[in-house]
Amino acid sequence: MKIAVCVKHVPSGTLRMRADASALDRTGPGELNASDKNAIEEALRLKEGGAEEVVLVAMGPAAAIESLRTGLGMGADRAVLVDDDAVAGSDLVATSRVLAGVLAREAADLVLFGQQTSDGGGAVLWAAVAERLAMPFVSQASKLTLAGTNSGNVVVERETEVGNDTIEATLPAVVAVCDAINEPRYTSLKGMMAAKKKPLDTLTASDLGLSADTVGAGGSQTVVLGTGAPPARTGAVTIEDDGSAAQSIFDYLTERDLV
Amino acid sequence: MSMLVFLEHDAGAVSPGSLGVLTKAAALDADVAAVLVGGDDLDAVAGDAGRHGAATVFTVADAFPSPLPGPRIDVLAELVRTRGYDTILFSNSVLAADVAAGLAARLEAGINWDLIDLDLRDDQPVGLQPMLQDSVVAEVGWRSSQRVALFRPGSFEAAPSAAGSAPAVESLSVEFSEHTTAARVVEQSRRVDEGPSLGDADVIVAGGIGLGSPEGFELAEQLAAALHGAVGATRAAVYKGWYPPSSQIGQTGATVAPKLYVALGISGAVQHKVGMQRSKTIVAVNKDPHAPIFEFSDLAVVGDVHTVVPELVELLRKHAG
Repeated sequence: MKIAVCVKHVPSGTLRMRADASALDRTGPGELNASDKNAIEEALRLKEGGAEEVVLVAMGPAAAIESLRTGLGMGADRAVLVDDDAVAGSDLVATSRVLAGVLAREAADLVLFGQQTSDGGGAVLWAAVAERLAMPFVSQASKLTLAGTNSGNVVVERETEVGNDTIEATLPAVVAVCDAINEPRYTSLKGMMAAKKKPLDTLTASDLGLSADTVGAGGSQTVVLGTGAPPARTGAVTIEDDGSAAQSIFDYLTERDLV
Repeated sequence: MSMLVFLEHDAGAVSPGSLGVLTKAAALDADVAAVLVGGDDLDAVAGDAGRHGAATVFTVADAFPSPLPGPRIDVLAELVRTRGYDTILFSNSVLAADVAAGLAARLEAGINWDLIDLDLRDDQPVGLQPMLQDSVVAEVGWRSSQRVALFRPGSFEAAPSAAGSAPAVESLSVEFSEHTTAARVVEQSRRVDEGPSLGDADVIVAGGIGLGSPEGFELAEQLAAALHGAVGATRAAVYKGWYPPSSQIGQTGATVAPKLYVALGISGAVQHKVGMQRSKTIVAVNKDPHAPIFEFSDLAVVGDVHTVVPELVELLRKHAG
């Protein structure tokens, strides 16, 4: 069984817009997206249970190699990075095309995603990728096990707004895990040393057979038209509890018809 | 432009978030259609959609009452293909986000998400999307001829219209794809707690580490009951196991915008702030006068939740009689 984990290199620290306010500034230092560590951890646990290989898949600039090394240091076997100016500025639909291109080549039995990215992009990417690969998908996984003949199915437990579901899907499948599923392991020094020797391939859009006009900013179907400041909150009231705070809150709520 | 709204419904009622999006869509497109997939009492539910402005309601009764996204992608793609709808709108939820993104890929359509408003400019839809932890609001558009939009719950008020006539209800039969039917629900349980879900609640009472213990959340529950609201929690409180993950509000949890948000013992870290700062009215109670939450509260109460909240609950109970 082969597991692919889609990961992202995200800016560390405070997010900023570019000077022209057209997009997020990604020129500063970056790191492996925190939620993706849960997906890598889950893949490594499956490997400890008998899966053959864990491969990391990412799209991003050369700096993303740093994040892939972090994941390799955790214990993934190898990594693939699509590093190409042609894919820069891809929106969700264009990004899903690139990732699906790599995943189709990898032919993994199980594709894992973290539940979100800290830079606000692509929280629902897995569904678009799964649709392109014509695979079933399940999100919000808080428990993941293999079942069925030759472990041909994945069984996912998850929690949604209305209750708990147990969903079984035929492999190959795409699963997005939530951060309650596990506690990601730390990368040991030994792991980081080993990571340096693990295979890390870089690909371009044309390697994937994708023409430049179907990916990147030019292949994207959404556009940022402009940015502005959000409306400020005005008229704030502060009170210190002198024994009458509950009454003050009650009055505040009734005056505003909130009770 | 021709709009179609995906309605999420449960136990015979459409989610308030979906009805809010439908209300907004009806204001922009008098011929807006809505779609209901699976479940019981679809005709009654369709009537509710009509009262919120749907001119046409498509119902798909057979199979898949369970909340799986795949078959719903098939239904929407079929409606786009055969009826020419070009702008498909969703109120965000676990299910809606999965359906919306899958549909966008199927149609090669642009998807904008986490939107808080939608307008028309030269007959083209333009969305408003908060970015960078809501410190910036971007205007976003679509280049594709088909568009998918996912809205933050609480963005629009669901307003039944007096003039709303009975919608044309059309029952559809859709052929499902092999891959979308390759996932099935083997077990499902409903949360037994009564009351609104986080995304749909007009009032949310949220607790943080300042509640002191899992038992401290009983205060949040009592206050939520008195205000007919739902209970939320910070990541730190969920992480400690004081309240279930489904209640988590913030960067790694739900993003909410209720009419009233009461924060109990929550410091207001930016990771929490991003999930609730668009609430219409924010009341915070915290012992620490320097808690960051006070910087974006409408009513900042410096005090101990363990004394203030029980008194407040008592006042509210008396008021309710």
